[in-house]
Amino acid sequence: MASAFVSFTGVGKSSLVHLLCQNQVLGNPSWTVGCSVDVRVHDYKEGTPEEKTYYIELWDIGGSVGSASSVKSTRAVFYNSVNGIILVHDLTNKKSSQNLYRWSLEALNRDLVPTGVLVTNGDYDREQFADNQIPLLVIGTKLDQIHESKRHEVLTRTAFLAEDFNAEEINLDCTNPRYLAAGSSNAVKLSRFFDKIPGFPDRKRFGGAALKNLHYD
Amino acid sequence: MSFLIDSSIMITSQILFFGFGWLFFMRQLFKDYEVRQYVVQVIFSVTFAFSCTMFELIIFEILGVLNSSSRYFHWKMNLCVILLILVFMVPFYIGYFIVSNIRLLHKQRLLFSCLLWLTFMYFFWKLGDPFPILSPKHGILSIEQLISRVGVIGVTLMALLSGFGAVNCPYTYMSYFLRNVTDTDILALERRLLQTIDMIISKKKRMAMARRTMFQKGEVHNKPSGFWGMIKSVTTSAPGSENLTLIQQEVDALEELSRQLFLETADLYATKERIEYSKTFKGKYFNFLGYFFSIYCVWKIFMATINIVFDRVGKTDPVTRGIEITVNYLGIQFDFFYAISSSKSSNVIVLLLAQIMGMYFVSSVLLIRMSMPLEYRTIITEVLGELQFNFYHHWFDVIFLVSALSSILFLYLAHKQAPEKHMAP
Repeated sequence: MASAFVSFTGVGKSSLVHLLCQNQVLGNPSWTVGCSVDVRVHDYKEGTPEEKTYYIELWDIGGSVGSASSVKSTRAVFYNSVNGIILVHDLTNKKSSQNLYRWSLEALNRDLVPTGVLVTNGDYDREQFADNQIPLLVIGTKLDQIHESKRHEVLTRTAFLAEDFNAEEINLDCTNPRYLAAGSSNAVKLSRFFDKIPGFPDRKRFGGAALKNLHYD
Repeated sequence: MSFLIDSSIMITSQILFFGFGWLFFMRQLFKDYEVRQYVVQVIFSVTFAFSCTMFELIIFEILGVLNSSSRYFHWKMNLCVILLILVFMVPFYIGYFIVSNIRLLHKQRLLFSCLLWLTFMYFFWKLGDPFPILSPKHGILSIEQLISRVGVIGVTLMALLSGFGAVNCPYTYMSYFLRNVTDTDILALERRLLQTIDMIISKKKRMAMARRTMFQKGEVHNKPSGFWGMIKSVTTSAPGSENLTLIQQEVDALEELSRQLFLETADLYATKERIEYSKTFKGKYFNFLGYFFSIYCVWKIFMATINIVFDRVGKTDPVTRGIEITVNYLGIQFDFFYAISSSKSSNVIVLLLAQIMGMYFVSSVLLIRMSMPLEYRTIITEVLGELQFNFYHHWFDVIFLVSALSSILFLYLAHKQAPEKHMAP
């Protein structure tokens, strides 16, 4: 199964993906062309007796919402196998969070077509997010660049944003691994999001210790 | 009294232009970014305002509006301000913003940006030496010195853009050059792209599993950092990590391939859209224009060659030629700017745009002089002194020719290379 990252260019998706998958900070981030993939090993239902370990593919889809329609059509091929969407925005740039609506429409449009629901372009409709089957997560990056005094205002704004999407939200700084340290509230939210991704229960299982239960999709 | 009226007219028009530039900045250039440094916006709008005012003054000159002495005064003032901005302010701010992006030099930003500006001034001055621009009877810091140098840079830029535009425009609009793209081609390419990504994923899964095994066994796989780290890793390397580096190399190659495939697919989609567009009425109209335009461009290139070979100054002015071509091309330029700008460099890009625009306008004024009838030339000659205008025309022709020929070569190579890639199974 796969979950896709979408956001505006320059926001920090590549650093975020690197942090999530390799628990290390990306030393030399460069502009993403097309799509880059990374794999995270995830413990489903961690801490419970039903704990199983799975792979999650994180597809980091680069680009801007205003790009040429040829680039958009090419990007559309990546949205096909997506089971979860992570929307990334830059906390220091208000316009990147405003663009998230357009991003989610672009990504979700792929999956709404089979059920016959046509979505009007560009109009934000809250109901379509309410009964959306695909779990969403909103991540805000560059938290360290926001001055202490402005933090409260920024965090309130992003909380509203996440509520609109009917999604959880995480705010962090991709150059500092301690934001996602095991046991922190961010790590818990992340685990819960990945657990929501459909497809876990009906995988074939092999009994045994945690490490041997690596399932290949 | 009339001077006051004239000045107020000029000032209102300048404020109008300023507002227009501000709006353009907000709506187009910074559509997706947040403006944090307002100084950039102000500089851009001011440059835009003064550049437009210069053109306005030329038109007033021809139409005979306003008092001639007040026109002269405004000319001088306008020119001084523009030169001040182009030579002092904008380069300084460009240096400042570039330096702020580099983390190392963040502490002593001002110092380094001053250094950068001094280097720029040095090269700017040196630029004037090899060109026979001035008659030697002017002092060092006169307007003529500065204008001549700005003029050279501006004319070069214009000629480069015109040359490229002259070749690129017909290429873009004429359907003769469009390759035939079918849906199956696109699907096949997309399938290859997804297959490559799947291969990357399976390799990364192996790497993730190997890393987790090593972690659980207690070996901590640290990336070698620094000099001693590298030496240590040469002598002692765990077997697991060797495997990892091999797979990592394979993954890097595959990622490069996936990027190529993505770009090719985007290219195919773009070509398909162009084919569809060319079947519409608008498309056919532009196609028709494209044929005319290409004949026009070929004729211009021919004229430029003749001018150089026979060493004569063209009677027709290169400005109209340049403006026509580059008006179409500027649209493409802005797309280019969007593509390469990111939140860090957006300030620098906008300032560069302001600088180019300013130089462009100044050199347009220089070149326009040639095409104006004698009675209107006097004011420009008075203000700008005795620059060698013939030189500029000659220089424009040379650069135009060089740019056009090299873009023809470039496009020819790109065109030839593309269909071969798609023929491969």
